[in-house]
Amino acid sequence: MSDPRIAGASVTHFGKHPERTGRDLFAEAGLEALSQSGIDPDDAEALYYGNFMGELAEHQGHQGPLMAEAIGLDVPATRVEAACASAGTAVREAVKTIRNGEAEVVVVGGAERMTNIGTAAATDALAIAADDLYEVRAGMTFPGAYALMARSYFDQYGGSHEDLAHIAAKNHEHALVNEHAQIQQEITVEDAMEAPTIADPLGLYDSCPITDGAAAAVLTTEAYAEEHDLDAPVAITGTGQGGDNLALQDRPHLAQTPAADKAAEEAYGDAGVGPDDVDFAEVHDCFTIAEVLAIESLGFYERGEGIAAARNGETTRDGDLPINLSGGLKAKGHPVGATGVAQLATVAWLLDGSHPRADAVPDSTVGVAHNAGGTVASTTVHVMEVQE
Amino acid sequence: MTESARDGEYDEWLDSIESDDGYYLECSNGHGWLPPRRVCPRCHDQELSAVDLPESGEIASHTTITVPTPQFEDDAPYVTAIADFGPVSVTGLVRDVDPDDVAIGDVVGIDVGERVTTGDRAVVFRPR
Ligand SMILES: [Zn+2]
Repeated sequence: MSDPRIAGASVTHFGKHPERTGRDLFAEAGLEALSQSGIDPDDAEALYYGNFMGELAEHQGHQGPLMAEAIGLDVPATRVEAACASAGTAVREAVKTIRNGEAEVVVVGGAERMTNIGTAAATDALAIAADDLYEVRAGMTFPGAYALMARSYFDQYGGSHEDLAHIAAKNHEHALVNEHAQIQQEITVEDAMEAPTIADPLGLYDSCPITDGAAAAVLTTEAYAEEHDLDAPVAITGTGQGGDNLALQDRPHLAQTPAADKAAEEAYGDAGVGPDDVDFAEVHDCFTIAEVLAIESLGFYERGEGIAAARNGETTRDGDLPINLSGGLKAKGHPVGATGVAQLATVAWLLDGSHPRADAVPDSTVGVAHNAGGTVASTTVHVMEVQE
Repeated sequence: MTESARDGEYDEWLDSIESDDGYYLECSNGHGWLPPRRVCPRCHDQELSAVDLPESGEIASHTTITVPTPQFEDDAPYVTAIADFGPVSVTGLVRDVDPDDVAIGDVVGIDVGERVTTGDRAVVFRPR
């Protein structure tokens, strides 16, 4: 069994591109990833593609073959949908396909077009990742669900909106040098505290923006990479996925994410590493509280202790365990179906030294990507390592 | 009111709440769920029976939503909460109380109300 190598990766600018179609966004990322990989497109054998709201935003289902065509491939193409974890789940399918010997070259990616339908319709579209009967009809929004989790966290473990504001300020600062990021603007803790409320206790700066964008990566086997003399030093050495009850109301804890616990445990076991071996991570911070829940589930912090990590400077770029050096979903942006592959690309670039924030983790060998869907009813975790 | 087919046991459940005859489904190991549900996802038991919903519940978490979906445009700002009723928890709108005064642990009753924006039915909690 060969751990897949990342031969090429690309993301578009994340931001507002209301006039650009999903297929055009994905074509940009996919063609660039293929070009970077140095692999003949004729050698690609499959496409796994993440997308969440294509039916609502573009009246477009059946996006697998559409997107294969957009990047010039005639391969079996499958769209994977797991809300905001769609692309992370697509990565997992690609990893399995390479590992089980079904293919030597697989393209994985994702795209989302969101700003063309406006904030209200996008809020509506995002909400359907929740339980329609029991949550959406009770007025639940995506920020509202995370607000329920945040308030429950404060109640059970302590912490405050000010702690969350430090996470927002950190991730905005990280994104300042990331040209792909939607928001390259420094904010202070005070700015985040004073921003308008969306769903209390969460305000505008606790929330990721609504984003258009795409990401793609080309995965191959170690043998193929050697045979074709490819520059592909980073391998995906661990994959994990966990699930949970869809509705928050059906879970024993509102302030824990067991789907992420399960995904992390599986991915660490698969890679043969533990949380102490990890040099940095890209985690799913669609809301500031989500970063706290993620770093606790990933085993970097005990329950109740992740809340202070950013405030204490431990997860900043000069801290011991930098989290979201890309700016995270918070500042880099969150084109839902592309996010998991954008995280994969970021981790690969941080490990091979080509990311603009790579100087924060100069000798790193192990990075982790954590991609969560809905209120973490789906999670994938991938461990990536530099191979020599 | 939106013209559409009824959603089976979900609408029957709302009917039962509306007529003060609320229930939940319980497996033989005491795990509680809301309908429609054929199996307990925790223990695989398929012997689910209807049990009376307790008359009052406790707010487990709440939020005041100021940026709603279009279906709640005229309702905003409104409070959405999860309330625990014995072995089952329910998500609903908190009404008849100032949003600033809603707190975890508050005791509420369950009712069916209407969404301001669409007139559709919704689960409503009121202080008891
Ligand atoms: Zn049971």
